[in-house]
Amino acid sequence: MSKYLVDKFLYTIDRDPELVERYRNDPRGTVDWWEAERANLILNIPERTTWLAFTEAEREALGGHDYVALFELGAHNFLLLTLFIAMFERDYAEPLAFQREFAARLGHWSVPYPDIST
Amino acid sequence: MATIAAVIASTHHPFYLRASTAAGEDRPPFADEWVAKIEAFRETLTRARPDVLVMVGSDHFHQLWLDNMPQFLIGKAPFYDANYYNEEREFGLPRMGLRGDEELSAYLLRGGIDAGFDLAFSNELRVDHSITCPIITLRPQADLPIVPVYTNIFAPPMPQPKRFVELGQAIRALVEAWPSDKRVAIIGTGHLSLELGGPRQFGPHGPDPEFDRKAVEWIAAADLKSALAEVSLDSLWLPGNATHGFMDFMLMMGVAGENVRADYADSLDLFHTMEAYFTWYPEGSS
Repeated sequence: MSKYLVDKFLYTIDRDPELVERYRNDPRGTVDWWEAERANLILNIPERTTWLAFTEAEREALGGHDYVALFELGAHNFLLLTLFIAMFERDYAEPLAFQREFAARLGHWSVPYPDIST
Repeated sequence: MATIAAVIASTHHPFYLRASTAAGEDRPPFADEWVAKIEAFRETLTRARPDVLVMVGSDHFHQLWLDNMPQFLIGKAPFYDANYYNEEREFGLPRMGLRGDEELSAYLLRGGIDAGFDLAFSNELRVDHSITCPIITLRPQADLPIVPVYTNIFAPPMPQPKRFVELGQAIRALVEAWPSDKRVAIIGTGHLSLELGGPRQFGPHGPDPEFDRKAVEWIAAADLKSALAEVSLDSLWLPGNATHGFMDFMLMMGVAGENVRADYADSLDLFHTMEAYFTWYPEGSS
């Protein structure tokens, strides 16, 4: 399990407008590219980490835009919501309609939720 | 010695700017009442005539990241750029800039560390909506220097609620002992029950109105005994998965002083979360 890396993906995509569009339009290609090229970049120094990789379940959830699975894998709720609003809110006519659908699709969950600790 | 002109605790709602400036059919039905409450709350700071603002908030995974996460951090810089691309995108928040009071930052860092808080610091900090929301609501002219104090209410493992209270008490004591003739307002924002990225998000009220009712009373009375008896790092997951922001209210209860009732208290039941506004005047109500 690599919750940290899932969170790092959500975080680094969310803060780059071009990557938000790229992930929206080509989720599997973006996940593969990011894992190969970006996953092991330490964010503020010009050195690389050598060991970070997604599990198959994480790769599949990210590649499928499957926010329910990502929630269940323990992705950080704030990062998950923020990026998915950026990608999909625009497809809904009513304000907050995407956010409410997001909630409804998690409706089978009650506390305690999956652990987001990294 | 410095004067504590006001102690202010508030929720921060990034949608306020957009709601309050929307017109015509884009203007939400609750906007007028919200604006009236914010303008009344703003007056509680204005009349305190502050010279400098100590601002307690939390980075929302903007500059601070999981590869290097401080629990408590104080900014020490002459200037703070503010707000981020994703806040512009989601909330319509503008890019802002705030002057810093480096002397007070240095003093709080030195004094806080010597008091037993191993505070992190930043000399180049871009603050986010946890700082700019209260600027927009309480001091929209953004003309006063600030000292940002960041807490980790976001990424486990977090400090215990008691530690937030103790830091608030330490900040209060340090500011009171600051050899300066300035009037300091200490402003902190947090959350009541809040759910983000979970099944209870964006409902007609906050996810746990019963928690909110109790929390508002704890804050208004600075009832630290009750709050500390009922609130733990584990229990805060129950009212909503982003409710650890309540610990910033607990910090501010520490600043206000145990069992000191707020001179001003107001709240507003909005969709998604309850808003709450509190002001104390340590010098006495003016």
